[in-house]
Amino acid sequence: MSETTENVDTVEITVNGRAVMARKGEMVIAATDRAGEHIPRFCYHPRMSPVGMCRQCLVEIDTGRGPMLQPSCMVPVAPGMVVDTESPTTKRAQEGILELLLANHPLDCPVCDKGGECPLQDQAFSHGPGESRYVEEKRHYEKPIDISALVKLDRERCILCDRCTRFADEVAGDALIHFVERGNATQVMTYPDEPFSSHFSGNTVQICPVGALTATPYRFKARPWDLEQADSTCTTCSVGCRTSVHSSRDRVLRFQGVDDDNVNWGWLCDRGRFNFESIHAESRLADPLIRTAEGLVATDWSSAMSITADLVRSALERSGPSSIAILGGARGTNEDAWAWAALADALGVTRRDAQLDDGLPVGVLGFERATIEDAARAATVVLLGPDLKEELPILHLRLRHAAVEGRTRILEFSPTGSGLTKHAWRSVRTPVGAAAATVAATLADAEVAAQLGSGPVVIVAGRHDLASSGDQVMAAVQAVLRAVPTATVLPALRRGNVVGALNAGCRPDGAGNDARSILVDAAEGRIEVLFLLGADPLADVPDADLARRALQGARRVVSLDGHGCASTMVAADVVLPAAVMAEKSGTTTNLEGRVSTVSHKVTVHGTARPDWMVAVELALALGHDLGVGSLEDITGRLASGGAALGAIWAPSIAVGEPVTVESVAPSGYDYRLVVSRVLYDGAVSTSNSASLAPLTAGPGVSMHPLDMERLGVVDGDVVTVTAGRGGVELPVCADDRLDRGVVWVPFGQGGGDPRELISGGAVTDVSIARVS
Amino acid sequence: MSDYAWAPGFVAGDRPRIVTSRFEHEDSYTLARYEATGGYAGLRAALARPAADVHEEVRASTLLGRGGAGFPAGVKWGLTPQGVFPRYLVVNGDESEPGTYKDRLLMERDPHQLIEGCLIACYAAGLSRCFLYIRGEMALAQERVATALNEAYAAGYIGKNILGSEFSVDIVLHWGAGAYVVGEETALIESLEGNRGMPRLKPPYFPAAIGLYGKPTIVNNVETLSNLPWIAHHGAAAYTSIGTESSPGTRMVAVSGHVRRPGVYEIVNGTTTFRDLIYGDEFCQGIRDGNELKAFVPGGGSAPWFLPDQLDLPFEGRLVGAAGSMLGSGAIMVMDSTTDIPSAALTLTKFYAHESCGKCVPCREGGTWLMRILERVVEGQGTQDDLDLLLEVGGSICPGSMPHAASSELGLEATPFPYRMTTICFVGPSAYVPVHSALTLFRSEFESRVAPSRSKTRIPVTAIGGER
Amino acid sequence: MARFNETNLATAHEIIARYPRPKSALIPLLHLAQEQDGYVTDEAMRQIADLVGVTPAEVIGTGSFYEMFRFEPTGRYLINICGTMSCALLGASDLLHAAERTLGIHAGGTTADGMFTLHQAECQAACTEAPCLQVNYRYRFRMTPDGVEQLIDDLRAGRLDDEIPPHGTLARVRQHIPADRGVGAVDPDAVDGPPAWIPVTVEGAGS
Repeated sequence: MSETTENVDTVEITVNGRAVMARKGEMVIAATDRAGEHIPRFCYHPRMSPVGMCRQCLVEIDTGRGPMLQPSCMVPVAPGMVVDTESPTTKRAQEGILELLLANHPLDCPVCDKGGECPLQDQAFSHGPGESRYVEEKRHYEKPIDISALVKLDRERCILCDRCTRFADEVAGDALIHFVERGNATQVMTYPDEPFSSHFSGNTVQICPVGALTATPYRFKARPWDLEQADSTCTTCSVGCRTSVHSSRDRVLRFQGVDDDNVNWGWLCDRGRFNFESIHAESRLADPLIRTAEGLVATDWSSAMSITADLVRSALERSGPSSIAILGGARGTNEDAWAWAALADALGVTRRDAQLDDGLPVGVLGFERATIEDAARAATVVLLGPDLKEELPILHLRLRHAAVEGRTRILEFSPTGSGLTKHAWRSVRTPVGAAAATVAATLADAEVAAQLGSGPVVIVAGRHDLASSGDQVMAAVQAVLRAVPTATVLPALRRGNVVGALNAGCRPDGAGNDARSILVDAAEGRIEVLFLLGADPLADVPDADLARRALQGARRVVSLDGHGCASTMVAADVVLPAAVMAEKSGTTTNLEGRVSTVSHKVTVHGTARPDWMVAVELALALGHDLGVGSLEDITGRLASGGAALGAIWAPSIAVGEPVTVESVAPSGYDYRLVVSRVLYDGAVSTSNSASLAPLTAGPGVSMHPLDMERLGVVDGDVVTVTAGRGGVELPVCADDRLDRGVVWVPFGQGGGDPRELISGGAVTDVSIARVS
Repeated sequence: MSDYAWAPGFVAGDRPRIVTSRFEHEDSYTLARYEATGGYAGLRAALARPAADVHEEVRASTLLGRGGAGFPAGVKWGLTPQGVFPRYLVVNGDESEPGTYKDRLLMERDPHQLIEGCLIACYAAGLSRCFLYIRGEMALAQERVATALNEAYAAGYIGKNILGSEFSVDIVLHWGAGAYVVGEETALIESLEGNRGMPRLKPPYFPAAIGLYGKPTIVNNVETLSNLPWIAHHGAAAYTSIGTESSPGTRMVAVSGHVRRPGVYEIVNGTTTFRDLIYGDEFCQGIRDGNELKAFVPGGGSAPWFLPDQLDLPFEGRLVGAAGSMLGSGAIMVMDSTTDIPSAALTLTKFYAHESCGKCVPCREGGTWLMRILERVVEGQGTQDDLDLLLEVGGSICPGSMPHAASSELGLEATPFPYRMTTICFVGPSAYVPVHSALTLFRSEFESRVAPSRSKTRIPVTAIGGER
Repeated sequence: MARFNETNLATAHEIIARYPRPKSALIPLLHLAQEQDGYVTDEAMRQIADLVGVTPAEVIGTGSFYEMFRFEPTGRYLINICGTMSCALLGASDLLHAAERTLGIHAGGTTADGMFTLHQAECQAACTEAPCLQVNYRYRFRMTPDGVEQLIDDLRAGRLDDEIPPHGTLARVRQHIPADRGVGAVDPDAVDGPPAWIPVTVEGAGS
């Protein structure tokens, strides 16, 4: 064997006369890419299975039987293989293919969004014949057609490379676009009246090698050569996808996905991709505001800051630091959170929480941590979390990929099922209120135990249900860990920098200081000053009534806010306009604890400032020097504390005592309520993006068809859902994935708000009646 | 002009017959007739021996695949990776190559022979499920095979514990829906999986290794399998005593076009010449109306054309390949002196352009472009440049030299088969083959109907959309 | 109509059960839908998608690849006139013109009374019997223009009803695997050993 002297993972091949070490099993085109020899291509995409469709990457490959033209995207490297990417035969083939590709492609580059960054245009210049002899009439189709609310398709420009259709089927699992017809009449199409409403549709625009697919929010906004770019991180959710922020004339015009092996593989969800629109929304706050008899009136920063300092001083003097509380911080950078935590430390304020009673006890960060990659390579992933497709969409894609490839088996516990249910090895309908017991019973099964014993186990833990307590999830996680002590935990908390904020110190030091206790104390008049750092309790705290009473009961509310959210506009006494992502630099931490950068790309709106700067100035006004004068100072402090760029930042956080939760038996009410989030809801960045806001599905309650039959209602009928405190009216729809006796209401869809039913108990039981 | 009213097109003649032996019976498709004429004896003989022995017998028979590629069936069965199961048999009854039909007759006239062949193949190669894929447009064949399958299940020939043995297999009848390309084995598998019939690249998708549902799969043609009962019954030695060493047995050939007696003939493999077939008394009896032979397609519409120069070649794969064409699926189409060559080429090019699956760019775009240029030429709107352009566009589908026949009149040497191609399968090249053959062998017919070159029309390929 | 009637739904389930993966039944079910309604309706494609567990886009993606599936109302008789090589050499275009003239429609069209749809088709595997045509995939060999006129006349008068069922029906006999005889379809990934009649040792040793 000639390989005995070589590394078993590498294969030596010759590319254009030069020895190249390739990775065993990789395709020739991947090896030549790394060797710096560009082979033109259209259908090949490194994150999807090769199809060998466009034939553009044909090169001469000699495996000992003489050089043969072969598609380099489909031929794996083999020892001794000789590849010639520049032979006359190769060049003739590539020119020929390009001429044929261009035969039916319209010459509308000057009005095409892709012009200037178009692989077809670029490769026609670099590898094409330069001119066409095709004088025939080109194919004609209606152009462009809407295939979804976000994506338009121009079939005349399409070169049928199968990238978008492969993505939809293979990556997203939403085969809603497909080739139809045959041969020269082949087109990409949706089924009539069934749009390409995938959460991931925007990726097809990015990977389209021509201008066939364009995104409605970007069409005709800019030319590629006018765009400035900066790599950044999406902070819409906590997955932390790497992005490139593209701006022109000081406006952000689009986000593109950047391929990061550890995280997003280049993909973005549509919410993260298109919510750039919110940066320039009309609701942005430009100046500080002070509440007067006439309502909120604009003021300058020095007045606003001195009023805020006075409020803090008098609170400290009158009632001590326990009368001051800080909610939020998860939407900012690590630096923002660090500065506010440092300010709180300086003042002795311990009441702080980056979550809004809608996540998990902070102890979830104390478990042995798993990365996304760990989860995607685990033998078993135990899902004890939200519907990842709706809340952490790219984590969904990574786990879906692992499951579809057959590497990983998913054991799902959920009261409703999720986007991963159909890929799950087992999906256990878990009664709300009895998760830990159900987990323990399931894990006692011999087959399940054997599966869990077959290799690494990763638990994905998050808050699926806002109508039952987070302790239920913690108890279930601990039940898994009792059975599999070596299992690691990937915390599926939701907000962009929630882990960074908690890590940096915006966290309660115990249950007595968490968001719920802060809100209860505020409601009962024990909070003098409540700081809201990009937090909107009125919209986000599951117990709506508590949130209202807390904001009324807090003596003063200071809100640091980018968009003028409900809590700010209704309850804040002082409003400080905050810079949002793309307006500030810094670092952020994703759910793994991975630290990455966010980039300052456009000028801040009005006089808005980044959170960290406000904290540092407020500290100075109160006579405390936080010891940092610039963003870089803070970044440096963080790095030396473990939050270095690229590192996994997992400071020691106590898990706390094992949570014991008694299974909660159904009460006298008829139905147990589950409330969870979907991709598009009233979130600030969604509702302030013109393209995304209309995509919220609207309010409703889902229940088992047999339960509907019992109530005598059909799809679309309005029912009253009542809990102890009050009732809401919602249209009903059937969902046979639910157990009988369980009803599901999506969060944040406007209309009847399920939060009116939630009162912070272990579970929420409701009765339902027909509105006659 | 057929020998039997119930088998239009079939001419029996006085020759050894292996697969058409029952065609003389009007009720040849029934189980009763089949059993009365030695039916299922091959299966019984096979089941009495270990599977490996039966496989060896088929290997020894050198039975060549009849679908077009001519690969030995016994060798093909042996290409499945050791120890990987399940393995499937997919029967290719999607016969659609222009000029070709024999599988249809075999399915309509002797479905039990095919079924028995399937069973023997499954037994010998350890294939646990068989899918019999019949071309969608063949309603009668579907009906006859469905009836035969129902009879055979009821009689215990198919299903669980066949004839009381451990051998169990289902045969599932499946109809296509009209797509020539599905005759290509990987496209056939795609179609059987419920997908668009687009060929897969080989490697890595050699069906024997990664076939139906990603499992080892043997794809055999109807005629190939129809030979197995006879081989299992009479033995490999008897089979190889017919025909030549490299091409034993018989094979079905359809001869159509401008001949006096077009027909489907079962001929002795390897020895019969094209002259025998076209002019022989027991075959086509010469060109119609006493006309001269102008050219013929020796192996289905995808094959490069032959001239009268090649008449004395035997119907044998290697010799035909060396002479610049291929035997393909056993179909000869004859053109007499009245034939308008550019129109004939256009007919075939149109067929392949229409049948492109659309996967490979050279076929999808190039096939249609060839057709458009050729249409222009045939209609008298072409120029000299168009003739060169045809060869240029064809060169983007088949780079390098193309196979063609020798011509004494033109002083041309033959260029042997095969060609190189930029596509996955043969559909793209097949659109170019008739253009190339016609232009190479009959260029004067094209030149006489095109105008001289005009000033060249060249269009820049991309409009430049800004600073670059 | 459009969704499968009860009999056809049972047939659909029977067909699906024969395949190790349900999607394989897609083309047979499209044929079944076409047999029921004369063409494939949108509603049928949605139902097939549900039955085999794919999206409707995948159903039309596969269906529209194949020539025989029609997605709009089609004549009771679909006349396909072969136009490929041997038929073309022997006068196929005369047949087409005769049919166009007789029916008063062009190739691709359907007569106003919904009786006939006319198509120029590709090779029908009857080249020695050129020129040929098919009516609902039933052959007519060595046709002449007069023969085409006569055929249309016969069809219109119902004289061929016994031989030629309405468009959509292919074989009038379906395969039925008796429950007590069938082996049954097994998930390909659930099989890991050779079938019963293949000795493990021989397979393992290689041959």
